[in-house]
Amino acid sequence: MSTNLADPARLATPPTFQSVSLSRRIKNGVATALVWTAFLIAVIPLVWVLYTVVQRGFPVILDGDWWQKSLSGLLARQQGGGAYHAIYGTLVQGLVCALISVPVGIMIAIYLVEYGGRTRLAKATTFMVDILTGVPSIVAALFIYTVWITYAGFGRSAFAVSLALVLLMVPVVVRTTEEMLKIVPDELREASYALGIPKWKTIVKIVIPTALSGILTGIMLALARVMGETAPVLVLAAYAPFINYNLFDGPMASLPLMMVNERNNPTEAGFERLWGAAITLVLIITLFNLLATVISRVLAPKTK
Amino acid sequence: MNDPVVARRPARSGEPGAERGVPAAPHASEAPIPPTPEAPQTPKAPHVRPGDRVFRGLATGSGVFIVALIGAIGLFLVVQAIPSLGLDQVNFLTSREWNTSDPANLRFGILDLLLVTIVVSLLALLIAMPIALGIALFLTQYAPRQLARPFAYVIDLLAAVPSIVFGLWGLFVLGPVLYPVSEWLIEHLGWIPFFAKGNVNVQLGGTVFTAGIVVAVMILPIITAVSREVFERTPTMHVEGAIALGATKWEVVRTTVLPFGKAGYVSASMLGLGRALGETIAVMIILSTATSAFGWSLFDGGATFASKIALAAPEFNDPRSAGAYIAAGLVLFVLTFVVNAIARSIVAGHKEYE
Repeated sequence: MSTNLADPARLATPPTFQSVSLSRRIKNGVATALVWTAFLIAVIPLVWVLYTVVQRGFPVILDGDWWQKSLSGLLARQQGGGAYHAIYGTLVQGLVCALISVPVGIMIAIYLVEYGGRTRLAKATTFMVDILTGVPSIVAALFIYTVWITYAGFGRSAFAVSLALVLLMVPVVVRTTEEMLKIVPDELREASYALGIPKWKTIVKIVIPTALSGILTGIMLALARVMGETAPVLVLAAYAPFINYNLFDGPMASLPLMMVNERNNPTEAGFERLWGAAITLVLIITLFNLLATVISRVLAPKTK
Repeated sequence: MNDPVVARRPARSGEPGAERGVPAAPHASEAPIPPTPEAPQTPKAPHVRPGDRVFRGLATGSGVFIVALIGAIGLFLVVQAIPSLGLDQVNFLTSREWNTSDPANLRFGILDLLLVTIVVSLLALLIAMPIALGIALFLTQYAPRQLARPFAYVIDLLAAVPSIVFGLWGLFVLGPVLYPVSEWLIEHLGWIPFFAKGNVNVQLGGTVFTAGIVVAVMILPIITAVSREVFERTPTMHVEGAIALGATKWEVVRTTVLPFGKAGYVSASMLGLGRALGETIAVMIILSTATSAFGWSLFDGGATFASKIALAAPEFNDPRSAGAYIAAGLVLFVLTFVVNAIARSIVAGHKEYE
């Protein structure tokens, strides 16, 4: 540097830093462009799908009847009515599924983090949770069909749907809870043991509350995922255009099932019901996703 | 039985810490932690509180439950499928026929379902893999820092859209748009078997081509999410080393991020393949039923394992007919199990991803 300053016209040595050659710059530019393009390509279908759903479904759900009435007594081509029966079905099936999955999932996560350690059973459990994550929803539905309907002899019902959804929800709850329990500092556990508190009470009163916001967020996301599942409702519940409050008997509608049913209805009414149900389902799922974000913000452990 | 439980408890509680890099072997951590009161130092009569015993039992029981559950899924499907397989009048693995309307004369073979399933999934994977790689690199390396998070959220939103909505969109919106493309491909590249005129009406859009594209969109988020997680763990030292040697952005990615994350990316793609194989409703809605066998063309129709089962599900009445579909479901289960197990084992072999 100093030689350059002394005599800028004459360089004693060629500059140490060469500018980046053209071919390297071109490669770099092409790579950057490709990477940006990949992202934009992925955004296209998302925007397109959402636009389709909103454009076709939004006018339908503005009608107050949509949220308060069922399709009871209406013919396929008769306009009017609503999706109350299907909304009820989707929410109740999801809720019952959550009531079963959440305790089971949390207990499995507690076992993996607090008790299992590196035993063979813990390894097998982790592996099986991974496998269960990948089980196609139709296989879960077939399994419940064989156990609940063929062997146990019950009929098709909303409860059977909830059972199949449990298979899909448990692994998600386990994964998120496990991650959350792992980041609870050991100092908290040790402080509790030092006070003579039994391990189970430490877990229930110290570890779980510390991780609660993360766990609840995970549960909401899992719930949003299972409520959009169609395969289990298709195999395990029959469609009813009217309201059925009975979880254990009779056909019960749900939004995905309503869509499957109305997709071959070529009338104007069918079109409205189809896309109305689609936007309602997307809205419910978005709501649960938002709820997850809110919970993680509000309940996050105080850092100060 | 109770003895080791009590003696090892403090070590257990220390273990998650040890996994995160606290340099303490499980047994060494026993020393500094004062034993809990219910674990007397002379372990002649170990006393476990009933609450602890119950809670531990519940937690372990849940672990056993999930292991048993997977076994039960396989077992029940096998037990249900065997009688129908015995009644099958044609070869289950090599026949292309599927006729279960008469339970006394079951004729079902999975070859056609298997081919359609594999072609749809591979097409989806072929489209999704490069795009997902690009997105993962974009989100971890290229996107402006403040925007990386919202952008990642946008990609995750794709996963939140229910598959039935994708199916309806694919059939009613994307299908008509793809029609001219399909027409052109058939006309100009029809001599390649993959682009030959298929066995369904292209104008309706219910082809393997449409289904593959829609499934590709659906598996993008999972491949992206897993790859992103791995790419994010590229050691900073490697990246900084490359930068210090004067590498351009792309050269940094090529020499550090890609070699480090390659196995994770392959594993992520396998997970995506597992999803694609089992995708049910979107494929069911899109694919048109074909009367003739699958002829390797992207413009054929037909059914995958999952869509075939879903189509027939409302009419499961005779256990013998249902057994045929359960046999198909069993094959699908084994297929996804193998693919997912391979994906997991790839990652398990790489300790640096932990």
